This record gives sequence, C-alpha cells and structure tokens, in this order.
Amino acid sequence: MQGLYSKQDLDKIEANAPNKEVCNRAVIVGGGLIGIELAEMLRSRKIPVTFLVRENSFWNGVLPSGESEMINEHILEHHIDLKLETNLVEIIADENGRAKAITTDKGETIECNVVGLTAGVTPNIDFLKDSGIELGRGVKVNRFLETNIKDIYAIGDCAEQHEAIGNRRPIEAVWYTGRMMGEALSQTICGKPRQYSPGHWFNSAKFLDIEYQTYGWVFSERSKQEHESHFHWRHASEKICITASYHKDSKKFLGINTFGIRMRHEIFDRWLTEERDIDHVMQYLKDANFDPEFYSHYEEEIISKYNSVMQTNLSVQKKSWKRIFSKA
Amino acid sequence: MKAIKNLGLVIFLIGLAVFTAVPVLGTFSLDQSTFDDIVKEKNIKSDVFIQSINENVVGKDFNGMLSLSPTISSALDAANSQHKKNKEYNKVIYTSGHDMAALIGKKSGTGFISQNKGLMWFLSFGLGIIGALMFILPNVILLGKKGIKNDGVYHDSATNRGWIALLVFIFLVSFYLILYFRPEFAVNWTFLVDPISESLSGNPAGHWFVYGFMYCTVMTVMAVRMYIKYRHNVYQVVRTTSVLFFQIVFAFLIPEMMVRLQMPYYDFKNAFPLDYDFFFQWNLKELLNSGGIGLFILVWGVVLTLVIVPVMVYFFGKRWYCSWVCGCGGLAETLGDPYRQHSSKSLFSWKVERWLIHGVLLFAVVMTGMTLYSFFTESSTIFGIKTQSVQNTYSLLIGAIFAGVIGTGFYPIFGNRVWCRFGCPLAAYLGFVQRFKSRFRITTNGGQCISCGNCSTYCEQGIDVRAYAQKGENIVRSSCVGCGVCSAVCPRGVLKLENGPEEGRINPTEVLLGNDVDLMDLVNKK
Repeated sequence: MQGLYSKQDLDKIEANAPNKEVCNRAVIVGGGLIGIELAEMLRSRKIPVTFLVRENSFWNGVLPSGESEMINEHILEHHIDLKLETNLVEIIADENGRAKAITTDKGETIECNVVGLTAGVTPNIDFLKDSGIELGRGVKVNRFLETNIKDIYAIGDCAEQHEAIGNRRPIEAVWYTGRMMGEALSQTICGKPRQYSPGHWFNSAKFLDIEYQTYGWVFSERSKQEHESHFHWRHASEKICITASYHKDSKKFLGINTFGIRMRHEIFDRWLTEERDIDHVMQYLKDANFDPEFYSHYEEEIISKYNSVMQTNLSVQKKSWKRIFSKA
Repeated sequence: MKAIKNLGLVIFLIGLAVFTAVPVLGTFSLDQSTFDDIVKEKNIKSDVFIQSINENVVGKDFNGMLSLSPTISSALDAANSQHKKNKEYNKVIYTSGHDMAALIGKKSGTGFISQNKGLMWFLSFGLGIIGALMFILPNVILLGKKGIKNDGVYHDSATNRGWIALLVFIFLVSFYLILYFRPEFAVNWTFLVDPISESLSGNPAGHWFVYGFMYCTVMTVMAVRMYIKYRHNVYQVVRTTSVLFFQIVFAFLIPEMMVRLQMPYYDFKNAFPLDYDFFFQWNLKELLNSGGIGLFILVWGVVLTLVIVPVMVYFFGKRWYCSWVCGCGGLAETLGDPYRQHSSKSLFSWKVERWLIHGVLLFAVVMTGMTLYSFFTESSTIFGIKTQSVQNTYSLLIGAIFAGVIGTGFYPIFGNRVWCRFGCPLAAYLGFVQRFKSRFRITTNGGQCISCGNCSTYCEQGIDVRAYAQKGENIVRSSCVGCGVCSAVCPRGVLKLENGPEEGRINPTEVLLGNDVDLMDLVNKK
C-alpha cells in the first residue's frame, strides 16, 4: 500500500483491511506521524499491527528523548508491536502478487496481509519536468509564491522556498501552511500582493490517546544547536509531560512541547514575539493552560521541578483574564 | 470479558422482554365494593354506566387489559351518548375511557403480577439493570487506555440507524404512546413499583411514577457508561454527576416526599416555560390553597424564571441548566449519548430550528398570557378562543408529542437533543440570553484546527463547530448547551468552554493566528 491520496485509496484499504479476519496482520514501515496514525486506524478495526521504526526511539529525530520514550511506552500500551532499530528488507508476495510477509534486517520474517510504507512525503512533480517551471525537490517559489513563470504559482506541500523562512524547512509539509499560503496568494491574485510570511512555528498531533502541541522551536538532541537547552518535566504516573527550550546563556524562551496538556496558542505566540525568558513562561504558565474546566493542574509541580533544576525560587502566578485578553 | 458482556446482554434482553410483555398480561377482577368506592370517589352519576359495569365487569375475570379496556371504554361511550341524547349533561362522564380503564384496572388487578410485585420487579427492572451493567462495566478493560473512544459507531447497527436502532426507535415511541395515550396498559407496570412508591409518598404508583422511576434508573445505568467512556475528561464526569443528582433528588425524590408531607408535588428545578402548566388554573389554585409552602413555590417559580435562570446564563452560559441540571438534558446526555452523531448539521435544519423553537416559545407565552387573563378575569375565553382548548392543544402537541414521543422516541434517528434543539421554549429563552448577554463562549485555539470535523460530528445540537474553529472564531451560539463533547473529541486541543470577559467574546478574525500580517497595514489597504 503506497500513496494514500484519494478516495479510491481509502476504498482500497477498506477492501484490504476491513477487519482482523481479512487482514490478520499489518506491517507499517516508517516511524513518523502518518505511520502512527495508520497504526491507530488499523487498531480501531482490531487488526494486529507491527510497526517498524528505523531509529532507536519513535520520532526522535524531531522529539527530545524524554518525550520520544513516553510515546514508545504508549505505543506498546496500545498493543502495537513496536520494533525499534528495525528496517524492512523485502516484501514477499503470494502467487496473486499480494503481500504475504515481510523480512527485516534483524532476520525476522513477519506474515502479514497489508504493508504500509510511511517513510515521509516528497512532492510528486515529475509531470512538470518539461514544463519550464523551475524545480528543486519541489516547485521553486519566492515569498510571493510565484514560480519563475509569470502567473504560475505553487502552494502547499509541493512549494519549495528558495530560502527557508526562519527555522522552517524550504518545503513545509504541515497542514496549516497550505492554508496560510492560500490565504496570502488569494490576496495577491485579487490584486493586493501579499507575501507568505508565516509567524512563529506551531504544530500539533495526536499519538493514539496523547495530544501533542508545540509552539516555537524545540529540537531533538540529534538536531538541536549548541545554545539550546531543555527543561523537561514528566508526570509520575500519567502520560503527561512538557519540554521547554531556552537559550542557555540569555535564558530566552525558544519553544515548548506539551503532551497531554493543552496550551493557548495566542499566549505562546505573544511570549515568543515579546521574547520572554523562560522564567517568565514558567511563572505565568497558568495563563497559557487550555485544558477543559475541572482538569488537574500541574503548574505547581512543574515550577517546583524547575526551581530545583535551575536553582531559582519562582512561584506560580494566578491565571488572569486581563493578561490573556490584553492585545500586545 | 466478552463473555460477561454477552451474558449481560442476554440477561438485559430477558428483563426487557418481561417488561414488554407485562402490559398485556395479568388478571383483573373487579368486586362490587371496590367498584362502589370508585363510583363514590369519582362522583359518577351515570346510572347507565354503573349498571353496565355491574353487569359486564363486576365479579368476572378478565384476562389481560386487552379484554378489560374495550369493555369499559364501550360502556362509557354508550352511557355518554345516551346521556347526551337525553340532554342529561350532569350525568356525562368526562374521564376518558382509557383513564377509566386504568383506574379500574389499578384497583382490580389480581393474579401473579399484582401478588408478586417484588419478584416481577426483579424479573423486569432488576434483570434489566444487572444485565445492562454487566454489558457496560467490562468496557473499563475492553475500551483500553482512557481517551476518547468512538471506534465503530458508524459500523454498529445500534448507532448507525441500522436495524437495532430501528427496534429501539419503535420501542421508545411505543412506550411514550402508551404513557401518554393508553395509560391502562401501564397499570401492570405500576404494580411493579408500588412498594417503592408507597415507601416514598405513601401512595400506590401511577403511570407517571413508573416513568419517573424508569427515568432515574435508565439515567443511572447510562451514567455509568458515560463515566467509563469519558473517564479521561473530568468535565464530563462532574457534569454527568450533576445531572444525575438533580434528576434523582430534585425531579424524583423531593416531589414524592412532598406529597407524603401533604405539600404540593413540585420539581424545584423545573423552570417555566419548560414547566408549561405552572400558571395553569388548577396549579395556581392548588398552590394558593397549600399555605406557606404553596406561596413559596409560587414565588420561587417566578423568581427562578425571571431572575435566577438569566443571571446564571450570564455567568455560565445556558449549560448550567441544559446540561448540568435539566432532566430532559440529563436523559439526552446519558441514554442519548450513543446517538449524538445523528443531529443534522445542514443549514436547512438550522433554519427549521430557529422557526420551530421560537414558535414554541411564542406559543407558550401566548398560552400563559391567556391563562393568566382567564385566571384573573374569570372568563374562559379571549376573543372567542377558549383558553382551555389552547392549553389542551399545547399539552398534546408540545407537551406529549413533541417533548415525549418525538423528543425521546426519535433519539436513534435524529439524535439525542431533538426536543432541546427544536422545541424547548426554556432553551429558546436561555438561548437569547446566551447569545446576547453572557460571559460564556467556546474559545477556538488560534490556528490549531485541522478541520477533522469530530466536533461537528458529535455536536448534539447540530452546530457546525468546525466552520467556526477552522476560521479561528469563537463559538457563540444560542443553541449551544455546553455539553463539552466538542472539546472532548477534539484531537488537537482546539476548543475550550470558558466563562470570560464579554469583550472580545465574538471575534470574527481577519487573519488566522500564525500568518504574520501587519493588521494595521491590512486595514489601511482595504
């Protein structure tokens, strides 16, 4: 199974993996967001799933280790057979050309009826090869989303910026960038030229039952720069944690990852714009909480760990509607 | 675990089968002295009717209500038509044949059901409760880790308007039709709960007591299901506890106990105009004749509607009533939860909703105006329209058919809030306050919406929540009952029910958060 793009592809997976009787096992190759979503969907039909991940921990090219480890645990809790540091060698077909098993580089053979390849996305632009439009990995565009040919624009997952904007990648395969590019481009087409200028980075996902939000930049140990330091807190029993990143010298707040706690987009956007330091963020964390009413609050626990790690003596400030709704 | 579930289902179905069979079973034999008591008590003056019953009913055994009811009805019809023909209007009996059959049936039940009330209660209600709990409780393990679980709702014929849903629909509609229009068939049900009724109010149970008891039972069992399904979401747990408390204590126990204490039957949380007969003449008279407590209820009822309800809506939104206190809402949020995805999200439905619900509110207000006018002027008509017939029309069309038969009976087809969304006059009134003067809103979290549509799918009020969320707009809608499920099912933490400052509550956003645009620049270019 490859290239899930359209209604027909969904029909195909409905035919091949409607339940555990038709599909005795599915193997997913590639440990990213699409992989885990596919696993979740297959599990919703009670289909046994084996999940092959090249890295030694789930999505640890993006997530810091504490978070990545928590997600590993959660994947196993959902009875998904997670195999880390394991690569696909071969898909073995039966006499009808359908997958019947796969082999891994650990020498294992796993029988299955469906194989999902979710190693990431690349723009499918082969059809533009002879068009004269400038191509890289995607369709090259400037900040006005114009290609090298007048009146031809590109937006969304196929658009590749000549130069990456901030810490963003030149090709941004994120759901909301296409929407924002569309917003900017429609202004341009309507005669009010507007650049595509995304604000502070944000993103979100859901790993089975765990919601994840990120505001600003928190890099994994593998890709972070030397000046980026992390503060990590994890709940003793629940699958809840946060990681805040900051500049190790100036203590400037760089970004936050939250798992199992919802945060207010506007507040973090404002703090990033105002270039607050991490002490400020920790003190006013209640302003940013977006969990439903009556949920347990963890700000006290978080700040007491922060104080002990950072040798500070901060205290939690009460939530203030005035601050939340004040327009910076 | 699966085995326990299946066994539970079988036990539940046995209980349900007994409950369903009971109305047509049983023996009735009316003896002379009982009938004489009824004649005296009801002040029956029709010699024709008395003679006919004496000849055809008294001393005879009737097998099941199906044979007793027609005998009584035809005797009553024959007597009335003869009296009308002879212009003996003082002899005409105004009790309907069905009510008369219910009355006589209740006093003349003999045989197994009426002699083994406890056992029959266990075989119907008891098995139903045990079976349902055995079916529900294993979900703690079967549903896996806590978190929102709606897997397979469109594959299960119980929740996708399939054959199980159709059977449930037929059962519920039939149940309400019996309750409102054929009370004599509920007589055997009343025997099952007589001991409970006697221990509460001191009186034997009527068919409305059966309904009240069943309502509480169903809500309690289905609340257990809610606790398990939404155990990750404290808001849902607290809210479910609240509706359950108000139903059992305020709607069921307190009114029954008040009867025992010689006070009027009154549900302190049932606010006018949902409580549409609060200002009816018989109720006002009863309250005025009940001394201090009657007067207190009268004042409370007025203050509740005019002050408490709107002030609370200002601070908390109409959810404080509709999904935290109200009995109709309570049933919708427990029994109705599996059907919430069936609410129509079309623009057409929204238009129908606005016409209907405000029409009902207008109807209720006009009817009450007429009622009060008639009460104070002691004239029974206004502009030639009889107040009584307007009241009867409202009771039949709105009180019985809309709120009961359609409102609950159609759960499996139209979703669980049909009455609350299209019909409830109180909801319409609260809606005005919520829309125009309230601190409540559902906040949309910046640009985080991925347009998955879970919120709209599970909105029981048919609000297209996604349409707001994907534009970054807060949801401020008069129909929102604040059940909090949109926020619970959102995979990206986009929605939050909040009470905050009125300023900025409604926020049509020019540009979604995340797209860095100089807003002043944008405005100037316009």
